[in-house]
Amino acid sequence: MIEKQRYIIDFTISALLRRKGKNITLLVSYTLVVALLASVMFLTHSLRTEAAFVLQGSPPLIVQKLVAGRFDYIPVEYGKKIGAFRGVDSVKGRLWGYYFDSFTGANYTIMAFEEMSLAPGSITIGEGVARIRKIAVGDMFPVTNYRGETILFTVASVLSSSSSLVASDLILMPEKDFRSLFNISPAYVTDFAVTAGNARELPTIARKITKTLPDTRPILRDEILRTYDSLFSWRSGILIVILCSVIIAFLIFSWDRASGLSAEEKYEIGILKALGWDTSDVLMMKFWEGAAISLTSFLGGLVLAYVHVFFASTTLFTPVLKGWSVLYPDFRLVPAIDAFQVAALFFLSVVPYTVATIIPVWRAATIDPDTVMRAYR
Amino acid sequence: MRKSDILFFIIILQLFSICLLALHAANEQEASLFRLMEKQELTRQFGLTDLCIVTEARYTRHPAVTDLHSAFQDAPMSFEHFPSGSFISPPLRWMREKHD
Repeated sequence: MIEKQRYIIDFTISALLRRKGKNITLLVSYTLVVALLASVMFLTHSLRTEAAFVLQGSPPLIVQKLVAGRFDYIPVEYGKKIGAFRGVDSVKGRLWGYYFDSFTGANYTIMAFEEMSLAPGSITIGEGVARIRKIAVGDMFPVTNYRGETILFTVASVLSSSSSLVASDLILMPEKDFRSLFNISPAYVTDFAVTAGNARELPTIARKITKTLPDTRPILRDEILRTYDSLFSWRSGILIVILCSVIIAFLIFSWDRASGLSAEEKYEIGILKALGWDTSDVLMMKFWEGAAISLTSFLGGLVLAYVHVFFASTTLFTPVLKGWSVLYPDFRLVPAIDAFQVAALFFLSVVPYTVATIIPVWRAATIDPDTVMRAYR
Repeated sequence: MRKSDILFFIIILQLFSICLLALHAANEQEASLFRLMEKQELTRQFGLTDLCIVTEARYTRHPAVTDLHSAFQDAPMSFEHFPSGSFISPPLRWMREKHD
């Protein structure tokens, strides 16, 4: 039985090699399609896994103030009111914003941070800022203030490159410097980070905040985590686009197969039947043909995708992710593979192709060999 | 060598490569645990809310805490101004608010 199958496979491969050009093109394009889809899956799953772990450290509850649908600076007074709610452990004002660097054209996230005991006039910068400005510890960093004057800051430290995924574009400075740079009154902060003794009370606290201070918007850490989970889900724009192209590509493959065999292939089936091959043997031959192409393409595509995402830092997707960004973090993702997604990809690629190969052959193989040979001679 | 042997050899080689890559993934996960914890601690220390993946727009740099944005707000013909906006879907919070 096994020997018979091996002979059929030998014959199948010889048949494939007779149409070398067509089949090699098919194999390469099939591999690339699988590699593209698997790359998106690996990238998004790794980002989701990393976000779920890293953002466990983010504040349990953020409270922002909204004015006409856009967020505004929130009065320190609000913090006192929030702090008075039962269950609230601490309320800490955060001061942060964006700074456009006209020299490089990059956008930085600028933040006041007191706990590092930075001396006035000194800053801590992320790896991306140091890279793009080509500066190091001890160098000066010019920042334009709200009056258009250039203020020079000394780089006190640079955050390690391993922190790139969270802090590549970060500039940390003392609160006093931040306020004087952007002319922000001491009576306001950007938002509040709220902690509670019992994390299960946070949704209740958030509801109380919305009721007491209707112009605020509380954001729970769970919502932040869910946001990141949905950001890179199947519903994301580019994923849908890529998925659609892959589905269309498979439809073309399948249509090509299902719409009928070439005259040469039909003639070949006729000869095989005339030589004494059973319909089941012909079907088995075509099954092996479909399986050989789709399985090798699927496995090859998976290997290519892994190398692309985890060794080559998603070179192909960088232009899309980078977009107009001048500062692009140089991060290396921790490999995370979802077995369910790989299984889904297998059933999406290998199974339909193999089935689509067999159906038209079954139609041709059930016709009288004499008719097939005369019709396609 | 028979042609079927060549096919099996290629498939076994591919499966072996996948096993090696799975081993690499497992090793990397273990090796990078400290790095991940360091990042988590940094996030806690600075009170960060977002990953720094795309820095081109407010709503792609800080999607979790950004203000609301609408299509055509950046330019009259701009359904989506930034390429990364097609990669990053709107926060779940907005959709939930819409349904509420």
